[in-house]
Amino acid sequence: MNAPVPLSWYLILSAILFALGVAGFILRRNIITVFMSIELMLNAVNLSFVTFSYQFKQVDGHIYSFFVMVVAAAEAAVGLAIILTVFKNRSTLMIDEVNSMKY
Amino acid sequence: MTAIFFLIFAVFAVFCAINLVLQTHPIASALSLIGVMGALAALYLQLGGEFIAMAQVIVYAGAIMVLFVFVIMLLNAGAETPTIQVSRFVKYFGAILLLGFFALISFIILGPLPATEGVTFGAFQGTTLDVGRKLFTTYLLPFEVISVLILIAIVGAIVLARKEV
Repeated sequence: MNAPVPLSWYLILSAILFALGVAGFILRRNIITVFMSIELMLNAVNLSFVTFSYQFKQVDGHIYSFFVMVVAAAEAAVGLAIILTVFKNRSTLMIDEVNSMKY
Repeated sequence: MTAIFFLIFAVFAVFCAINLVLQTHPIASALSLIGVMGALAALYLQLGGEFIAMAQVIVYAGAIMVLFVFVIMLLNAGAETPTIQVSRFVKYFGAILLLGFFALISFIILGPLPATEGVTFGAFQGTTLDVGRKLFTTYLLPFEVISVLILIAIVGAIVLARKEV
């Protein structure tokens, strides 16, 4: 009933999520969706960390994953503040239209 | 049994990730990302990461994504309207390149894996006790540095978003 799930399945899932995050980062034009694709990539890497932590039966991978989460929180706060400032100055959220240094 | 639970949450995570990339309105993408994070928390539980699963739900899905939703509300972000036309050849070639990229990453990260390795629920438990013990002894310096990083992020966010006097 509790047959072991191969560890490679978790890593394949992490690779799929990372590739989808890269696709969203490159293809989308709304800056908030681009930012959410970055968060998706970070989540994929977290899954990879926890999987390798299971392989070695140590909690070090969990601690690295925790640090990644903290850095993602700090990055989300500062990044969203930057997005708000860009919106206040350029009145647009499409990254195609923020294409000149001087407004 | 373990395989069925893994497949349910994995398929849900991939489906929500594809939905995030394909949806036009950012709020739909935000809700899809919350779905991905919930599915990943269940997978962390299966891998024995109890502390990380809780931290994922509380910090990531509960705080960071709420911040995203607040910003989407404040900016009144609407649905994207496509302005450039891409040819079908470009779409198919891009999909093939994406599959090639995914194959490359899989090949690299499956390299250091031993051949017979399996995940059984309950074989390993990353309890909060173990995580806390390691965090405050072996990883004390990164812990303190990351506290300073959060302080810098707070100050930076306030400076960036305040009204110019």
